[in-house]
Amino acid sequence: MRRIGIDVGGTNTDAVLIEEGKVIRAVKAPTSEDVTTGILESLGSLGATGVLKGKQIDGVMIGTTHFINAVVQRRQLTKVAALRLGMPASASLPPFCDWPEDLAMLVRGGVWMVEGGHEYDGRPFMPLDEAAVTEAAREMKAAGLKSVGISAIFSPLDPSHERRAAELVAEVMPDAVITCSSDLGRIGLLERENAGLLNAALADLARDTIAAFEQAIRDSGIAAPLFITQNDGTVAEAGQARRLPVYSFASGATNSMRGAAYLSGLQDAMVIDVGGTTTDVGQLKHGFPREANSVVKVGGVRTLFRMPDLLSIGLGGGSHVELDPVKVGPVSVGYRLLMDGIAFGGRQLTTTDVAIAAGLLALGDKAKVAHLDAAACRKVFAEAARMAEEAIDRMKTEAGDVPLIAVGGGAFLIPERLPGVSRVMHVEHGDCANAVGAAIAQVSGECDQIFKDLSRTEALSAAQGIANDRAVAAGAERATLKTIESEDMPLAYLPGNSVRVRVRVVGDVAAS
Amino acid sequence: MSLREITSDDIESLAVGAWILGTGGGGNPYLPLLNMRALYREGHRVQLMDAADLADDDWVGTVANMGAPLVGQERLTDSLTLARAVSVMEEHIGQRFRALMSMEIGGANGVRPLMAAAHLGRPVLDCDTMGRAYPEAQMTSVSVGGLTPYPLSAVDVRGLESIVKKVPSWRWTERIARKICVEYGSVAATCQPPRTGAEVKKWGIHGTTTKAIAIGRAVREAQRRHDDPVAAILSAEPGKLLYKGKVIDVARRATEGFLRGVVRFDGLDDWRGSAMTINFQNEWIVASRDEAPVAMTPDLICVLDSVSGEAVGSETIRYGQRVTVIALPPPAVFLSPKGLEYVGPRAFGYDLEFRSVFST
Repeated sequence: MRRIGIDVGGTNTDAVLIEEGKVIRAVKAPTSEDVTTGILESLGSLGATGVLKGKQIDGVMIGTTHFINAVVQRRQLTKVAALRLGMPASASLPPFCDWPEDLAMLVRGGVWMVEGGHEYDGRPFMPLDEAAVTEAAREMKAAGLKSVGISAIFSPLDPSHERRAAELVAEVMPDAVITCSSDLGRIGLLERENAGLLNAALADLARDTIAAFEQAIRDSGIAAPLFITQNDGTVAEAGQARRLPVYSFASGATNSMRGAAYLSGLQDAMVIDVGGTTTDVGQLKHGFPREANSVVKVGGVRTLFRMPDLLSIGLGGGSHVELDPVKVGPVSVGYRLLMDGIAFGGRQLTTTDVAIAAGLLALGDKAKVAHLDAAACRKVFAEAARMAEEAIDRMKTEAGDVPLIAVGGGAFLIPERLPGVSRVMHVEHGDCANAVGAAIAQVSGECDQIFKDLSRTEALSAAQGIANDRAVAAGAERATLKTIESEDMPLAYLPGNSVRVRVRVVGDVAAS
Repeated sequence: MSLREITSDDIESLAVGAWILGTGGGGNPYLPLLNMRALYREGHRVQLMDAADLADDDWVGTVANMGAPLVGQERLTDSLTLARAVSVMEEHIGQRFRALMSMEIGGANGVRPLMAAAHLGRPVLDCDTMGRAYPEAQMTSVSVGGLTPYPLSAVDVRGLESIVKKVPSWRWTERIARKICVEYGSVAATCQPPRTGAEVKKWGIHGTTTKAIAIGRAVREAQRRHDDPVAAILSAEPGKLLYKGKVIDVARRATEGFLRGVVRFDGLDDWRGSAMTINFQNEWIVASRDEAPVAMTPDLICVLDSVSGEAVGSETIRYGQRVTVIALPPPAVFLSPKGLEYVGPRAFGYDLEFRSVFST
C-alpha cells in the first residue's frame, strides 16, 4: 500500500507519503489562496527527491477546511431551494427559521413545504403529495435555483419520501444538485435539515474544489484515485465527497487525532493538537475520535451530524504572551508568526519566542529573545501547561490517569509530565499528524435507527447489518469491517420498548 | 385588574428558566421558543395575569403537549394545534376561557400556553399545576386537590380530535390520554380538565411563570457578565447548592414508557472525594451523596451545566459533563400527606421517608 495524505489547513498544507505503514517523507508548504497551488507544491516536494517516480500510488487522501471556512466566512455559497415533506406538521417553523439572518439571506433561495413524512414507528405520517412536489420543482426552476435541499419527517427511519421527491424534482430539473437530509443522518428535523441546507449551499464550491484537487493530482503526474477525508476519520471517494461536503467540515482535527493514534501506536488516549492559534483536545477510542452526540453549531447554524467531540482553546505556537502577570493567548499572530514574532524581527512576544529563548526550538535569532530569563520562560510554560491540563481534564470521560499524545506544530508547549496524565508522548512526524491521519483513513458505514419489540441484542445486530452494508456500498472491503461504535438508547414515552441504536463500522478501502 | 405584557426578552428568559424547572425532564423549550420568536415577529403579544385577578366563576384552560420529546424533534411543534386543543375544549363545555395556564411550568410545556394564547388573544396565568415537570398527569396540585379529572381534549396536527369525556380518576385520565397520544404518533396537544377561577385560586401553584422568568434572567445576565450563573440563580431564588462534579456514568432503561436510570458523579472542587448519584424517572427523583439520600422529590433537584448554568436533561446527560446540582424549594401543596402520596419518593418506588433539604 502506498498512499499520499494531504491536509490543507488555514496556514500550512502538509503532505506525507506512506509506504507499507511507514512515513517515507513529510513536507509542509504554505496554504495558497487558490488551494491547489499549495497542493501542487507539496506534491512537488514529496516527489522532488524522486521517491514518487515510477511508483504506483494507491490513493491520494485530502483533508480540507475549505468547506467549513466558506460557511463561517459566508463566501462562495450557492442559493438553495428548501423542500420540506412534513405538512401539516411544523408549518410554524419553516426551513431556515433558526439561521443567523445574514447567512439565511445568502443561502435562502426559496422555501416549499408539502405533505409527507413518517411516524416514529415507520407508519406514513401523511402520503407524499407528489403533485405539490412537482409544482414546487417547477417554481424552483423558474426562480433559477440549481441546488435543492430535501427533508422529511423521520427520514432517517424511512427515507422513501425524500428519495421519491428527489426523483420528481430531478424530472423537472435534471441538472439540479439535490441533498436529501437522510443522507446526513440523525433524528432532529431542524438540525438535520440545517445540515442538508448547508450541504446544498456548498454544491458549487464542492464541485469546483474537487475538480481542482483532481486537476492538481493529474498535473503532478500521479495516477491515483482521489479521496476526501471526513469528520469521522474515514474517507469518501471524490464523487461522494462532492455530494456531501459537510462531512468534511471537521476533518482536519479528526485527521490529527487519527494520525496521532497511528504514529504512537495507541488506540485509546487523549490527544492534544497544538496549532498556531488554537489547540484541540479530543479523546481517541479504538483509534477514532469520540463523537459529539449533541448539537454542533456551524457558522451559527445548529446542526446534528457526525462530528468529533472536541474542545478548542486559544493556545498555540503563535499565541501572544504577556509576562506580568503571565497571560498566554487567546490572541495569536497566526500565519504571520515568521514575521511578527520577536525572534524573527517582529514586535509581538509569542510562545514560539519563549521556546526559542528556552532552547526548545532552533528557529529565528536566539539573541533577539535573550532578555527572557529562565524563570520567565518557566512561568509561561507553566501557564500553557495549566491551560492544557484543564482542557484535557474537561474532555476525559473517566477518572484516572490516561496517556496523552501531543501533536501539531506547537506540541513543544506540552510538558513531559501533566497531572491526570499517565505519560505524554511526543511522536516523530507529530507536526504532520493531520496528513498522516488523512493517508491512513478508512471507509465507514453507520446506522442510527429506532427498533421496536426486539431484544437489545437483536436490535444491535440488526443495526450492525445495516451499517456493514452501508460501509461496503461506500467502498469498504467487507472482510476488513470492524465495529468502532455501538450505542443503544431506550426512548421515553414510546410504546413497545423502543430503542434507538447507533452502530458505526469501518473497513479498508476495497481494491478497485 | 392588571395585565402585564410579556416582553420578547422575558420569553428568552422563560425558556431558560423553564428548562431548569424541568428538573431533568419536560423537554427542552427550544422549539416553543422558536415559535414564540416567530409569533412576536409577526406582531402577536401575550399578557400575563395574576390568578388572584380571576373571578370565581371564570373558566381557565390548562395547556400541555403530551408525548415523546423525540417525536417533537421531528414533527416540531405547532402553535395552531395547541390553540385548536383549547378551542375544542371550549366547544365541548360551551364556555369561553377567561385565561390559559400551564399544566407544568418545567420544560417545554412552560412555554406552550403562550403559543396558544398568542393565537387566541387570551392572557396566560402566572401559575401552573406542578411548579416544575413531573412525568404523569395525576402528579399535579389539582389532582392533590381532588378536582374533577375530566374532560380532556387531545388534538393532532392532522386534524384528529378527541375528547375524554368522563373518567373516574386522574390515573385514568393519564392512561386514556396516553393511549390516544400513542395512536396520534406519540405526540398530542391537550387541553387538560377545565378549571374555575375559584379552583385555580385555591389549588394553582402561583407565581411560577415569573419565577421561571426570574431564574432564566439570572442565568442569562450572569452569562453576559461572565459571572457564575449558578450563584446568580441561588441569589435570585432560595435554593441550596448540593454538589459540584462531573458525570462518570449514566445507566438508562425504558420501562412502561418512562426513561428510568441513574447518573453517577465524581466530585470537583469542595466536593472532591465525595460521590453523588441521582436516580431519575424522566425527572431527577432522588439525589444521594456517598450513598445517603440528600434530596428527593418533591424538592426540586436541578442539574446545571457548571459553566453555562443551563439545565442538563436526563435524556442528554453524558459522560464527562461538568455539572452543579442545586435544590429549589417545592410547592407547599406537595408537602401535605396527600401531596407526598402523589409525588413523594414512594410514588416513584423509593421506600424513603420524605425529608426536605430545606427543613434542616
